[in-house]
Amino acid sequence: MRTSLVPVILLLMSLFAGNAVALPDIQAWTAEKGARVYFVQNMMLPMVDVRIVFDAAGARDGDKPGLAVLTNGLLAEGAAGKDAQQLAESFESVGAQLDNDSLRDMAYIGVRTLTEEQYMRAAINTLTDVLTRPDFPEDAFNRELARMKVALKASKQSPSDIASKAFYKAIYGDHPYASPTDGTEESLELITLDDIKAFYNRYYVANNAVIGIVGAVDRSKAEEIANTLVANLPSGERADPLPAVQEVISPNTVRIDFPSRQSHIYVGQPGMKRDDKDYFKLYVANHPFGGSGFASRLVQVVREDRGLAYSVHSYFSPMRELGPFTMGLQTKAEQTDEALSLIRTELNNYIKEGPDKDEFEASISNITGGFPLNFDSNSKLLGYLALIGFYDLPLDYLDTYVDKIRDIDLDDVREVLQRRLHPDSMVTVIVGNGNGVNQNDNQVSTAANE
Amino acid sequence: MRIYISLIALTTIVIGLALFVFVGQEVTEPTQEGVQTTTLGNGMKVIVKENSRAPVVVTQVWYKVGGSYEHEGLTGVSHVLEHMMFKGTDEIPAGEFSEIIAAKGGRENAFTSKDYTAYFQRISTDHLELCLSLEADRMRNLLLNEDEFVKEIEVVKEERRLRTDDDPTALTYERFNAVAFTNNPYRQPIIGWMEDLENMDVEDMRNWYRTWYAPNNATLVVVGDVKAKDVFALAKKHFGPLKPSDIPQLKPRREVQQYGTQRVQIKVPAKVPFLVMGFKVPVLKTAEDAADTYALELLAGLLDGGNSSRFSKNLVRGSQVAASAGVSYSLYSLHDNLFTLSAIPADGVSSEEMEQALLAEITALLEQAPTEQEMSRVKAQVVASSVYEQDSNFYQAMKIGILETVGLGWRTADDYVERINAVTAEQVQQVVKKYLIKEYLTVAELVPQPTETSMSVSAEGMSHAH
Repeated sequence: MRTSLVPVILLLMSLFAGNAVALPDIQAWTAEKGARVYFVQNMMLPMVDVRIVFDAAGARDGDKPGLAVLTNGLLAEGAAGKDAQQLAESFESVGAQLDNDSLRDMAYIGVRTLTEEQYMRAAINTLTDVLTRPDFPEDAFNRELARMKVALKASKQSPSDIASKAFYKAIYGDHPYASPTDGTEESLELITLDDIKAFYNRYYVANNAVIGIVGAVDRSKAEEIANTLVANLPSGERADPLPAVQEVISPNTVRIDFPSRQSHIYVGQPGMKRDDKDYFKLYVANHPFGGSGFASRLVQVVREDRGLAYSVHSYFSPMRELGPFTMGLQTKAEQTDEALSLIRTELNNYIKEGPDKDEFEASISNITGGFPLNFDSNSKLLGYLALIGFYDLPLDYLDTYVDKIRDIDLDDVREVLQRRLHPDSMVTVIVGNGNGVNQNDNQVSTAANE
Repeated sequence: MRIYISLIALTTIVIGLALFVFVGQEVTEPTQEGVQTTTLGNGMKVIVKENSRAPVVVTQVWYKVGGSYEHEGLTGVSHVLEHMMFKGTDEIPAGEFSEIIAAKGGRENAFTSKDYTAYFQRISTDHLELCLSLEADRMRNLLLNEDEFVKEIEVVKEERRLRTDDDPTALTYERFNAVAFTNNPYRQPIIGWMEDLENMDVEDMRNWYRTWYAPNNATLVVVGDVKAKDVFALAKKHFGPLKPSDIPQLKPRREVQQYGTQRVQIKVPAKVPFLVMGFKVPVLKTAEDAADTYALELLAGLLDGGNSSRFSKNLVRGSQVAASAGVSYSLYSLHDNLFTLSAIPADGVSSEEMEQALLAEITALLEQAPTEQEMSRVKAQVVASSVYEQDSNFYQAMKIGILETVGLGWRTADDYVERINAVTAEQVQQVVKKYLIKEYLTVAELVPQPTETSMSVSAEGMSHAH
């Protein structure tokens, strides 16, 4: 295998607004059958990353949580008459790496391969089989379902997994975002092979797909790859719009006893959409509070000043519909109430007053100055292409990003905090809750009795 | 965030050799990989890899110190000191290091492993000098204020609770290492025993800092859109004036002979059993024959290198005794290490059955040599990975830093593909026969205990103060 083909051509790059920041040149088109393609050519390394994203993730599970994850995981477990072993060998014997996952909004499958013609062809052809001709063999279905059950069981020994699931449930109620993507004990008993096939046939269709390609291929090769991938995929239809999320919810506190030394605490509410009209404002607004690592106010107050936690943060997770705003930390059980009351007070004050001028300016400068770090590798760039395509963001999303951040002023941030965050209507989840070290007995927490 | 990692364990048996080496600025010729190096007058090594794909740079300062340098009673001190490195100098008050980098759009952090401690920034190329000046300042001028220590040690204890005490798998690994090794320092957790953290004081920090933080015990690695000569000039300007120290020579701490299989059970609240099995093996740094270590590396790929590997094929899909199974081996560690098999048994499979199934995979290698197809698959993956890893500046800098810090030298990476390609099926069988034997085995078993949970939901406004 050759690794020295690397013609050093830097095609990407257009200059950006006075800064010497080079931005990738994104090409976009619609391939056969209606699949949308986003492509960036980068000739520096003899490799290419390809990813096909579908609106076929947890939010589409319906009344069978885990369905999307299982469907996605079964694609490479048997396709075009080949079994899992043969498929894996087809990828791995040419050094290709299969990559697939199913989240709440997005499900994807893709491959990273060398661009040496015979290797790339083998990798793309196998990916095409996996994507368009999955066999969903019954033995693979039974096995993967059994493994999901073990994984689900294992997540119940993790206080952070327990807390995260309870948090989504508390925030989203009846909305599809409430259901755990890895399923429930009940749902995993109900899922059938017919469910998997029906899910695949409905959602893994070209009109519901976005293809991202980054690497050392030219435009015509990229078109060929995209067309190969979707040639045998039906056009189908995009997934239906998801129901809207109720923005203001009833406040409540969920306490789950768990024999961990720390309590895991989450506070939050429905936050923002990926294409939210306030997206940039909210991103900037959260940044000085809990989104800028060691520079953030939460880290200063909770960790640096008081040593109460190793990790403390707040963030918006933008999704198709309102993704959550989350504030969270872990602290030893005895400090649960102190830590919770501290971060609630901090959040209330912050919503009321906003950041001070220095904090605000430091954040603007961090976000704009660090922008090039967000796509300094093919893998990061691929993530952006998937995002832009999947959420229908404008093609100049990266080109206009820094300007949009700079257009925001301190008053915008203060206004948006008060309008969009509702400290009296937040959900609090506490897992651990003071039961302390290695107590295996099933105590009901003091708080639960009050 | 002030992370510690134990991905790859590393070390050098003799470090003191570099003591007071005052060589002038001597720059090597650029190699195929585009790496250039120099050594400053005070003994600090500087390594630069130019990569102009994006206008950004990664800087990493590596110190030859980590968990394996520590002695009992003081475990975790390297990692706590890593946290304290953000707690101020005369020039830069506590906490400001991070704020200054953040204000320039940079990302920064640090990590401690068994054989190294490293500090890094990722930033636009224009701010390279800022990073170097800040790193040079804290290399010699750290305040180590008691008030800051008293708060930060609590943060580290929370980190230990989060990463180890409340994670049954991590806890199993910790006790596994403690039982596997008798006198090799890899028996100690990087984050330290809680008892040692409870009894650590700021004077321990000062001693550790004085002992190990000096330019002649450090390597600067810079990868990105820079010119090597510019980096050398900046490094000389900022690190050059720092005084070197008398760095102690590490004691060998070579593991004593093991006389039979060692076993430990970990009974803690958990839901799913877990099994770890480790055989004592040499690493590149310690091996009499380097070929053995590359054969072990290839063996790891045969067993666990992707979905077509033997563990996936035979244990997860074939007999279906495992819900998941894996292998780990650290070619580049400082001391002898473990070739580790781990598995989560499928539902209804006992740890005993799981153990037998894992061992059967090892025995099978002796009865039937790896096929040509398996061998070439692993080799293809290695070649491809050597291209893929160049997608990340950070990873490239890591590899250089690790190899330099354990004393193997960054050029060792250049040999990797060739050495792996040279491994034969017979060599794989030989290392299996030589090292993967029960006399050198340690087994740790997580035995889940009940984690009964109960839940209550209250409407806001009701009192739940305690």
